[in-house]
Amino acid sequence: MAGASERNGPAEAAGRSDGSAPGRDPGTPKSPDATAGGADPVVDRGEVSADDGPTVRLSTTDDGPTVPLPGDDETVPIPSAEAAEPPAGPVSAGRRLLPRLTAANAMIGVLLALLGFTLVVQLRTNSTDASLETTRQEDLVRILSDLDAQEERVRQDIAGLEESQRQLNSGAEGRQAALDEATRRADELGILAGTLPARGPGLTVSFMPVSKPVAASRVLDAVQELRGAGAEAMQISGGDGATVRIIASTYFLDAEGGISVSGRRLTGPYMITVIGDPKTMQTALNIPGGVVASVSGDGGNVAIQEREVVDVTALSPPKDLQHARPVS
Amino acid sequence: MIAVLALLAGVLLGVWLDPTVPSALQPYLPIAVVAALDAVFGGVRAKLDGIFDDKQFVISFISNVLVAGIIVYLGDQLGVGGQLSTGVVVVLGVRIFGNVAAIRRHLFRA
Repeated sequence: MAGASERNGPAEAAGRSDGSAPGRDPGTPKSPDATAGGADPVVDRGEVSADDGPTVRLSTTDDGPTVPLPGDDETVPIPSAEAAEPPAGPVSAGRRLLPRLTAANAMIGVLLALLGFTLVVQLRTNSTDASLETTRQEDLVRILSDLDAQEERVRQDIAGLEESQRQLNSGAEGRQAALDEATRRADELGILAGTLPARGPGLTVSFMPVSKPVAASRVLDAVQELRGAGAEAMQISGGDGATVRIIASTYFLDAEGGISVSGRRLTGPYMITVIGDPKTMQTALNIPGGVVASVSGDGGNVAIQEREVVDVTALSPPKDLQHARPVS
Repeated sequence: MIAVLALLAGVLLGVWLDPTVPSALQPYLPIAVVAALDAVFGGVRAKLDGIFDDKQFVISFISNVLVAGIIVYLGDQLGVGGQLSTGVVVVLGVRIFGNVAAIRRHLFRA
């Protein structure tokens, strides 16, 4: 080998005048570079470049290119310009691939256009559609179950709140009813105790002296008779216009020139205004030996007038209880 | 460069048409895009390495997309679609990072 190289060396060196590379010359002079640049590095580095295997087959099928796309050759004139660009790299490969670059580049272009298209579409879909449309099925199922659980909790909350609302409502209604009842009772008791004015059907009973003044006992008899007949509110007024509400504690005394009702001095004629059932009270006053007969026998006169509406307006001041306490 | 022009054309087309993704494709489109990106970065790296091959690029592009879609479809059928999609994205992401690192070394010598 050494002898052969020395033999070839001077022959070549004489022609090239290049003494530094005698060792490379003996083999094939230029073909190793071309083939190594074209085929071998592809095989070696093809696996490094993360592209999948069949590079050997591809490099061997250089001459029968682009079986699927023969028609694209004339449709893509640009690849020739593009192919002129890369000669910085493998010049020989680019020159050799020139005829099929058009079709392959068209394919690449189509693929990349598709990539850009889908990329934009996907980006747009993701950015515009934040809803569940792009969510996977199992994620949807999980979201659905989450929502179900949440709905259940919210339903329980609703039920509890409705229950408390119902309780509060019933409580409020109960309070309102109790308040109404208490108000009604207070009104009744106020009328009975003489602290509230009253209005209703009733009578006016006038005692007019004829021969001698009407005694307080007669007036008291009339009041008792009216109470027994169901009178609910009464007042007595004298001839001077003074009016006294007749309640449970009212007393009647004979006084000079008239009667004293609960300490108030009244002069005749007296008129009792009473609210109650007019027929019953009139009958009670007119019974034989009753109020009317007694007053007439004592030298007086009783006039009873039935009224649709009478007003008992006189009030009795409420009295503070000092000893009695309610028992609850 | 035709590839860049085609990419731009595709982007413009997508912006212009603004289509809606059919619901049948919705699980697969993101994975397919990531797989295609992986193929594109691999192609760029091969180009910088001077070993770019058109057919190899086309076939790897298509097969990447198809395999990614098939894996996701299989995962959906098996009930592990979400996890498998994550796995595919992780693997493709690792490959993209490796390719980008190689491209970076080529471009910046660092």
